[in-house]
Amino acid sequence: MSLLRVRNLRIELRTRVGVAPVIDDLSFDLAEGEAISLVGESGCGKSMTALGVMGLLPQQIGSIASGSVQFDGEELVGASERRMREIRGNEISMIFQEPMTSLNPVYTVGEQIAEVLRAHQNLSRTAAWNAAGDLLDAVRIPNPRSRLADYPFQMSGGQRQRVMIAIALACKPKILIADEPTTALDVTVQAQIFDLLRDLRRETGTSIILITHDMGAVAEMADRMIVMYAGRTAEIGPVDALISHPRHPYTRGLISCVPHIQVPLTETRDELTEVAGVVPSLSEFGADACLFASRCVHRTSECDSSRPGPVAFGPDHTADCWHAEAL
Amino acid sequence: MSTLLEVRNLQVRFAVRRRGILGPKSYLHAVDDVSFTVATGETMAIVGESGSGKTTAALAIARLVNAAGGSVSLEGEELLGLRGEDLRRLRSKVQFIFQDPYSALDPRRRAEALVREPLDALTDKSPEVKQQIVAELFAAAGLHPEQLRLFPHQFSGGQRQRIGIARALATRPKLVICDEPVSALDVAVQAQILNLLRRLQTEYGLTYLFISHDLGVVQHMSDHVAVMYMGRIVEYADRIRLFNRPQHPYTAALLSAVPSIDMSSRSRRERILIPGDPPDPVSLPKGCRFANRCPIARDICTSREPALIEIEAGHSAACHFPGELALQESRRQSS
Repeated sequence: MSLLRVRNLRIELRTRVGVAPVIDDLSFDLAEGEAISLVGESGCGKSMTALGVMGLLPQQIGSIASGSVQFDGEELVGASERRMREIRGNEISMIFQEPMTSLNPVYTVGEQIAEVLRAHQNLSRTAAWNAAGDLLDAVRIPNPRSRLADYPFQMSGGQRQRVMIAIALACKPKILIADEPTTALDVTVQAQIFDLLRDLRRETGTSIILITHDMGAVAEMADRMIVMYAGRTAEIGPVDALISHPRHPYTRGLISCVPHIQVPLTETRDELTEVAGVVPSLSEFGADACLFASRCVHRTSECDSSRPGPVAFGPDHTADCWHAEAL
Repeated sequence: MSTLLEVRNLQVRFAVRRRGILGPKSYLHAVDDVSFTVATGETMAIVGESGSGKTTAALAIARLVNAAGGSVSLEGEELLGLRGEDLRRLRSKVQFIFQDPYSALDPRRRAEALVREPLDALTDKSPEVKQQIVAELFAAAGLHPEQLRLFPHQFSGGQRQRIGIARALATRPKLVICDEPVSALDVAVQAQILNLLRRLQTEYGLTYLFISHDLGVVQHMSDHVAVMYMGRIVEYADRIRLFNRPQHPYTAALLSAVPSIDMSSRSRRERILIPGDPPDPVSLPKGCRFANRCPIARDICTSREPALIEIEAGHSAACHFPGELALQESRRQSS
């Protein structure tokens, strides 16, 4: 049975021009110990999905209009704020993109880690402090006990992201949502953080939802991926299958528009494949058409007149495209 | 190919703190003894992580920060001492494309005014000629004539970067410095800008000094590459040699850290781990700056700083044991 089960999720945002479905009919499962990845450009609804699952949508502006989010058999849509507070941190926790702004600058990192343990697990002050030291050790910060008294500004970007991971893992959550965890970090530090996340997943069996736009990161970290475009699923399936044979033109574009490191490197240098244009604006979301059509080279009249449904390729690989079979 | 830009022993330092009110100042050597040349028409890339000094070096070459020493010459003319009218003349020859197209454009000016601005400031062309140049550049950068009168907020990130590129080319510069021109853009838009930069290079015969932390982008764009670490160039080579046979352990580690979508290369390759963080840039260690993270460091590395030495023609590295890591790697793979 899956740990997290999302069905037909629709999240609406109230904007000046009206209500826009930023997540439109999204369904996916996350098994215990599995790592999946949400991929797409900014504005495609990756972070909104995470916030929807966590019950952290901006109040008054965003809300879950329909659909269900089940965690371990329990329905989270419509759950009380009190219950959501228990689940956040204890069962599902999240790390954010900017380790610089996610920590409170006026508290030591030890206090910030201990706070989680005291709030969620009712540990005493000293017990929480000691546990915080163990957590810093687990995320491989050297001299963890003495670093507890450091303020965030005394740490490097990579170390701050490790502190964020320590906070997220403090209560041994079943699901860790990592929203672009390494975008602000250097490539060697990114490799360290990925190694850390992989090891923690192996040791604790935590499921991971990785949000990213980097196909390389997906390939290194995830088992399955969900390619999202304009709030909808473009393609979903095993990482290896999607990379070796993408069925949706958007997946194909995301893979080929980035200059990947070639081994060995040769003299030939082809033009990069461009995905022309940009993600449509919110006012176009929800239309009964393929929202990718305006940027797609395979566009036909079908694409403009109705929204494509999922086409299956194997048991857990589908692509929402009218021309998926031909690609 | 003739040499366009020659940088010799460039130094940039920033005063950071004083011990007491009258005590000696401490300096952060952001760029420390950096030398390289750029040939006309090529793309020279500087790679490095944040804090390596790559942007500061570029700013010093464009005379946007003051250099503490060394020399920079463009077509044989020394740039570092220029003042007044001479400096203005230089600015029309060296132009900059900035990283963040959201903050690099004045939000209150129209696109055409933004592209015309360098012409107004640095040349004395007539308004008609300026107008013609702006229109031509607008088309060359892939923007539509009806967008001339729009304000920056009406453009997407990629389009804003096109404006940034058009204005950098307005004065027909000899050297264009591209400082992370695509890292603030969405993945799908990056390809558009990279292709545009390469197309413009052939069309206008441009020379690029290309600064990036993204090795995939550098591999695609560059002809020569310098790798910087803690203010120094640690390796310099042409594109093919640098990526296929890195000699400095830092370069090798950087390359191995890039996530790959290629399954076969991922399983074949062993990641070279460099633990920890770079040293404090204000109080640098005595020996090699990379020694504390280097997987092959020995005693000599912590006591004597290695110089940037040519290993073979056109390929230099600042390491006491160049190529050793690659050697170990290939031995392990064959065994």
